[in-house]
Amino acid sequence: MTEIFGVPVQALFGQLLIGLINGAFYAMMSLGLAVIFGLLNIINFTHGAQYMMGAFCAFFLLELAGIGYWWSLLIAPIVVGITGIIVERTMLSRLYKLDHLYGLLLTFGLALIVQGLFTNYYGSSGQPYRLPDEFAGTFNLGFMFLPKYRAWVIVASLLVCLGTWYLTERTRLGSYLRAATENATVVQAFGINVPRMVTLTYGFGVGLAAFAGVMAAPIYQVNPQMGANLIIVVFAVVVIGGMGSILGAIVTGFGLGIIEGLTKVFYPEASNTVIFVIMVIVLLIKPAGLFGQER
Amino acid sequence: MATSSKVAIPAPATPAAEPPETRGFRIATLIFVVALAVAPHVGFYPVFLMKALCFALFACAFNLLLGFGGLLSFGHAMFLGTAGYVTAYTAKSWGLSPELAILAGTAASTALGAMAGALAIRRQGIYFAMITLALSQMVFFFYLQTPFTHGEDGIQSVPRGKMFGVLDLTQPLVMYYVVLTIFMLGFLLIYRVIHSPFGNVLKAIRDNEPRAISLGYDADRFMLIAFVLSAGLAGLAGATKAIVFQLASLTDVHWTMSGEVVLMTLLGGMGTIFGPVAGAFAIISIENYFAGFGQWVTVLTGVIFVVCVLAFRRGIVGELGAWWTRRRNTRRG
Repeated sequence: MTEIFGVPVQALFGQLLIGLINGAFYAMMSLGLAVIFGLLNIINFTHGAQYMMGAFCAFFLLELAGIGYWWSLLIAPIVVGITGIIVERTMLSRLYKLDHLYGLLLTFGLALIVQGLFTNYYGSSGQPYRLPDEFAGTFNLGFMFLPKYRAWVIVASLLVCLGTWYLTERTRLGSYLRAATENATVVQAFGINVPRMVTLTYGFGVGLAAFAGVMAAPIYQVNPQMGANLIIVVFAVVVIGGMGSILGAIVTGFGLGIIEGLTKVFYPEASNTVIFVIMVIVLLIKPAGLFGQER
Repeated sequence: MATSSKVAIPAPATPAAEPPETRGFRIATLIFVVALAVAPHVGFYPVFLMKALCFALFACAFNLLLGFGGLLSFGHAMFLGTAGYVTAYTAKSWGLSPELAILAGTAASTALGAMAGALAIRRQGIYFAMITLALSQMVFFFYLQTPFTHGEDGIQSVPRGKMFGVLDLTQPLVMYYVVLTIFMLGFLLIYRVIHSPFGNVLKAIRDNEPRAISLGYDADRFMLIAFVLSAGLAGLAGATKAIVFQLASLTDVHWTMSGEVVLMTLLGGMGTIFGPVAGAFAIISIENYFAGFGQWVTVLTGVIFVVCVLAFRRGIVGELGAWWTRRRNTRRG
C-alpha cells in the first residue's frame, strides 16, 4: 500500500473526505449565521438547535408519515423556517433597538428550551435515520471508495452555498438585502418593506440550518445534542472567516473542515481543538478575520 | 493603578450611573452578613448555602466585567473550572494546605485570564462573546484529554484539610464560615474596584468608548485589567467550590456553566452590586428544587432567559432599585 508522510493513502483520503463533509456543514451553518447577522445584527445562538430541529423534522416525517428524504429536504427547512419567523415576529423584533447582546442572550435561552424539550423525550442517545436506497453503494475512484451519500452532501452543500451567494450578490432581491445591511432607514425610505425583509431573512437563515440538519441526519444520528457542540465550532469558524462576506464563509467552512480532517491523520489528539487554535492565531495576526472588516 | 495621577478626570456624569450610596450599601451589607451568619442555625443546609455563596462570588466576578465593563464573556466557566482543577490537584496530589491550594487555583485562573483576555479584547461586542466561548471550549477539550483531570470522573475526594493549620474544614460549620469570609472578601473587593477611579473609568469606557479614549485612557488596557480581575475572582470562587465539594469535574468547565453565570447575573440585575448574589441564590434554589426533574431544569433555565431578556431586563435588584427610586420621587412630589 502506498504511503504519504508515513500515512497510508487510504486513511489520508478517508479523513480528508470526513473533513470535507464536516466542512460542508461548517460552511452551511456559518453561511446562515452570516446572512442573519448581516441584516439583523444578531448572532443566532439557536442555530444549532434549529439544525437539530431540521434533523428531527426529517426523522418525524419518515417515522410518522412515511415521507422520505427528498420531501424532507424541502419540507423541514420550510417548517423550521416558519418557527423561526414566528420567533422573529414575536420576540427578536422587540430587541432591535437594544444592545445586540440581548439578541444573543434571547437566542441562547431559546436554544436551551428546544434542546431541553427534545432531550426530555428522546434522551441523549441518537435515533438512526435510514439512508435512502438510491444512495446505497459507493463510487470507486481508483484510489478510494466514495460513498454515494457523502458525495451528494458535498455537491448539495456547494450548490446551496453558491445559490445563496448568487441570491445575495447577483439578484435584485439580494441588492435590496445588501443595501438594507448598509443602511436600513434609507432603503425603507425607498418604499421597501424592511421589517418584512428582516423577518424573511431570519426565516431563510433558519431554513438553511434546518436543511443542513436534514443532510446530517443519515450521516450522524438524529440526536438532541447534535447542534450544541457544532454551534460552538461554527462560532469559531465565523470568527476566523469574519462575517463580512458570503464567499468568505463558504471558503473558511470547507477549508477548516479539511484542516480538521488532516489533523485527525497527523496529530489526532489535537483534532478537537485545532479550529480553536487557528482562531487564536488569526486573532493575533488579523483580528478582523480572514475575510472581514472591522465594523 | 496607573490612573492615580488622573483622579481629577470627571467621573461619568450620566444620570444612569448610580450615586455612591455608601450608607445604604453598608446597611444592606450588614443585614446580608448577619442573615448569612445566622442562616445555618435556623435550618438552612450549610452545603446549599456554600454552593450558593460560591456561585454568588462567581456571578459577582462576572458582573464586574459585564455590568461595569460592558463585556459579555460567554466563557467564564474556564476560570471557574481551571481554578477548581488546580486547587483539587495541588491539594490532593501535592498535599498543599487548603489556603495554598486555593491561592494556586486563583493564580492559575488569573494567568489564564490574562491570556484569554489579551486575545478576546481584540474584538468587541458579539465577537467578544463568541471568542470567549470558543476559547473556553478549547480549554474544555484540554481538560477532557489530559490525564491529570481523570476525564469524566473528575478529581474526587479532595482533602479539605486544615486552613492555616488551625481551622478544621472537615467541620461543616467551620467550612461554612470560611466560605462566607472568602465570599465577603471577594464581594468587598469588587465593590471597592467599582467605586475606585479605575471603576469609574471602566464605566466611562462602557458608556462611551471613543470619548474615554479621546480623554487619554487606554481603553484596551482597562478592559484587560477588568477581565483579569474578573477571571481571578471567578477562579477564587471555583477554587473554594473545589474544596467545599471535594471535587473538580468537567461540569465546571462546560459551556452550560458559562451560560448559567450569565443567567444569574441577568436575573439578579446586571450592573448592580447585589444583583448577581440574588440571581445566584435564586438559580441555585431553583436547581435544587428541580433536581429530580431531569432536563426540565434546562427548559426552565431557557424560559427564565427569554423572560428576562424580553420583559425583565433590569433583573430582580434592578427592578427593586427602580421601584425604590420611583417611590422616593413621588413622596418628594
